[in-house]
Amino acid sequence: MTTTPTGATDLPFPGLSGVPTTDTKLTGKDFTSDQEVRWCPGCGDYAVLKAVQSFLPDLGLRRENIVFVSGIGCSSRFPYYLETYGMHSIHGRAPAIATGIATQREDLSVWVVTGDGDALSIGGNHLIHAMRRNVNMTILLFNNRIYGLTKGQYSPTSEPGKVTKSTPVGSVDHPFNPVSLALGAEASFVARTVDSDRKHLTGVLAAAAAHRGTSLVEIYQNCPIFNDGAFDAIKSPDTKADAIIPLVQGQPIRFGVEGSKGLVRSAAGGVEVVEVSGDNEGDLLVHDATLDDPTQAFAISRLTDAGVLHQAPIGIFRQVERATYDDQAREQLATARGGEAAPSAEQSRAALSALVHGNDTWTVV
Amino acid sequence: MTTEVKQLDRVIIRFAGDSGDGMQLTGDRFTQESAAFGNDLSTLPNFPAEIRAPQGTLPGVSSFQVHFADHDILTPGDRPDVLVAMNPAALKANLPDMKPGTTIIVDSHDFTGRNLTKAGYAENPLEDDSLADYSLNVVDLTGVTIEAVKEFGLSRKDASRAKNMFALGLLSWMYGRPTETTVGFLEKRFAKVPAIRDANITAFRAGWNYGETTEAFAVRYEIKPAAMAPGTYRNITGNLALAYGVVAGGVASGLPVFLGTYPITPASDILHELSKHKRFGVTTFQAEDEIAGIGAALGASFAGSLGVTSTSGPGVALKSETIGLGVMTELPLLVIDVQRGGPSTGLPTKTEQADLLQAMFGRNGEAPVPIVAPQSPGDCFDAAVEAVRIAVTYRTPVMLLSDGYLANGSEPWHVPDVASLPEIEPGFATETNHVTVGKDGQETADFWPYLRDEETLARPWAVPGTPGLEHRIGGLEKGDGHGNIAYDPGNHDYMVRIRQAKIDRIADSLPPLEVDDPSGRAKVLVLGWGSTYGPIGAACRRVRRAGLDVAQVHLRHLNPFPHDLGEIVQRYDKVLIPEMNLGQLSLLVRARYLVDAVGYNQVRGLPLKAAELAGALADLVTQTDPEAADVLTETDLEDIVR
Repeated sequence: MTTTPTGATDLPFPGLSGVPTTDTKLTGKDFTSDQEVRWCPGCGDYAVLKAVQSFLPDLGLRRENIVFVSGIGCSSRFPYYLETYGMHSIHGRAPAIATGIATQREDLSVWVVTGDGDALSIGGNHLIHAMRRNVNMTILLFNNRIYGLTKGQYSPTSEPGKVTKSTPVGSVDHPFNPVSLALGAEASFVARTVDSDRKHLTGVLAAAAAHRGTSLVEIYQNCPIFNDGAFDAIKSPDTKADAIIPLVQGQPIRFGVEGSKGLVRSAAGGVEVVEVSGDNEGDLLVHDATLDDPTQAFAISRLTDAGVLHQAPIGIFRQVERATYDDQAREQLATARGGEAAPSAEQSRAALSALVHGNDTWTVV
Repeated sequence: MTTEVKQLDRVIIRFAGDSGDGMQLTGDRFTQESAAFGNDLSTLPNFPAEIRAPQGTLPGVSSFQVHFADHDILTPGDRPDVLVAMNPAALKANLPDMKPGTTIIVDSHDFTGRNLTKAGYAENPLEDDSLADYSLNVVDLTGVTIEAVKEFGLSRKDASRAKNMFALGLLSWMYGRPTETTVGFLEKRFAKVPAIRDANITAFRAGWNYGETTEAFAVRYEIKPAAMAPGTYRNITGNLALAYGVVAGGVASGLPVFLGTYPITPASDILHELSKHKRFGVTTFQAEDEIAGIGAALGASFAGSLGVTSTSGPGVALKSETIGLGVMTELPLLVIDVQRGGPSTGLPTKTEQADLLQAMFGRNGEAPVPIVAPQSPGDCFDAAVEAVRIAVTYRTPVMLLSDGYLANGSEPWHVPDVASLPEIEPGFATETNHVTVGKDGQETADFWPYLRDEETLARPWAVPGTPGLEHRIGGLEKGDGHGNIAYDPGNHDYMVRIRQAKIDRIADSLPPLEVDDPSGRAKVLVLGWGSTYGPIGAACRRVRRAGLDVAQVHLRHLNPFPHDLGEIVQRYDKVLIPEMNLGQLSLLVRARYLVDAVGYNQVRGLPLKAAELAGALADLVTQTDPEAADVLTETDLEDIVR
């Protein structure tokens, strides 16, 4: 057992049981395709790609049993750059396509790469239903709070008042908080991490891959062209201590310079930030992502700024066991077969013959 | 008194009542009895979209028409010989279809003030002369049913609900139907509620005995079994046959079936049926919407399953973008469209053929998709297997165009010999198919996902889990062969043409069309597709009986057209294309073959009527060949449209 920066235990990998492993030692290079990467210079996507390429060998899986599915948007080009099986599909539909793959093939490790527009706008419906069903897949939601590929319109995570090409006098849309949304959909694994923190990112990815069910990982990702600096508060050495609320399993939730701030339950039933003193140190909330009731995780998620980002909890919000859709669907098929292996071609034809005859036939001689 | 027994060669009965009166069940049971007896038959259920429309009103009327005969028949019949009307609204709604002299059996129970008003009757039609032209039988079916089942202690309301079984018993007596299947059915259906079970069986038998013992009905009818080709038969609806065809496609190809779908009338029964067949490796996924249904199906195909989605016209509209992705990624995918009246929500429970052009062209870009259509309820099985063959062999989405009439209508089905199913070979790629020579002259074996089979132009299907064949596909334009993103103009032009050529190539695998031209002298060809097969065939028979010559061709494949279609349509002086739309096949045939096809078009939500179509056909034949008109007598003309 190893401990990740998130405090979660990342081994073994129940999320990947059924996926064949290899003894061959693979490297990041083995997961790098021959295609030229075409994101803008300085794009946060490069860091995530590099982290994923170097992390995938750690899973010990056969490369051919890994599938990446994406939708449309800058981040959705991701599968082209990975030497695995992949599908760059259509806008918003990756979770639906991945559901078909995961349901039919327990032996595949299924990943979805999506962005804030792809997952939360045009594909919002598929995202929440994948999480509700708990299909075994890991969803990497690159959130740059802007539309990049269509050149700079506001997104469903942009702050109110955002001035963009499509909102010259400011956006009047209220944004989604992806973590709150996922918790509302009762996702069994919900986490947030940051493109520039390689160590934390890798730790969260490991825990997400290990989780059996839908894992939603929101990755704060900087778009240097259309929304540069959106996450400066949590990246700048001057401000990050006050901006990042780190969620570490089993630890009191404290942040700020020298842990000067912490989270306590509020009188209203939520969670609030307090200055830590000798009087209230014992009241600090101890993080527990394994609580079946998502209420506390939701309350913590609300501490994320909806407007310009100055503060956000980072880490694993929720990690609970719940039966997956695909396991149960396969189980129903196995039960219908009485636990027998798949029938031979002859057996199938005999069964089909009985089926098409039914119970009410008559014979003409 | 002795009951007279009259011989008839065919009868059309329509059961009509309130949508809660169990008319669909009654008609279905009568159909099963007739099938067991050995008649040929064809049925037409007709019901409102509302589950329980306001009781006693005209919009709430539900009916089931069954046509059974001692010979081969093609349609559920234009107009009933017998109407069973369970309330005033059912009488009022169906009377316009009744010709003078036909039989009407009425449950008089509800012919009271308020119910008459709800149906729009100012006077009780049973008490004035308005039905004098018909052979009218008035029975208080509800009253005698309540009396017959009183021993079971049911509430008056529950007791009265068995009246449909009383009516079924009476009609079963009248037409000499075997009763065992219905008694067996009721025993099974209501096994858990003995009082209801016994009341229904008792009502059914009481109906039979009512015919036998009272003198109300002086005549019984005999319709001898039909001479049918040797073999085993069963009665089947189109949706059931189609679901079986999908299971058969899975068996024939050895592929697990994945149905990703969203409930929609009139296609939902396909989902219901397929969800029962898990032991065949059939997975059904009721998705959050139409788009997710087809998305998951395409994902399943990418993963090496037979991806299937089922819907109706509005659902196809939502699925269009994913069908385009299927065209681009060249993966097998079966798209079932059980067409209904449109546009928009249209007529959910009524039939239409107006999605042909949507299936043909309803996508962005040049996105050709093969189209296959069944011609009768039982034929939905063969059409589904054929659609699977094309999808798997050519790595393409295929549109299977059924319709509401085929879906719910039924006919005796010659149960197929499973051994005669075609072998469908998925032919998964397992090895590299290309050698790349590096700058240093070094050769590397690799996999090119868009290198094509020379014969079919299909690309290799390499499923995840196959070592060494890792590749990426997607909706962006592919480079020829290697399949990487490619934006250059020449490549795009080539790829658009090769995708079209692949679909055109399917025609090489199709058998020649069957031209039904018995005399060989016909100058007029009737060309149809889909469920109009029955009415067109029946119309041709009428016209030929009158001594006129007409040829008939019915298309299974709408895209690509069979190779010989062009030559055939140009061989005849006139081509008539009857369709339940405003001329969609006509448009395609005119554009493709420059033939001045004549349309016969109705969009009434109902199958074409054979008599009307026969009249139009006879008109066209006599206009085309004035000599034919000379030999036609007035009596012939009357017979054609009777």
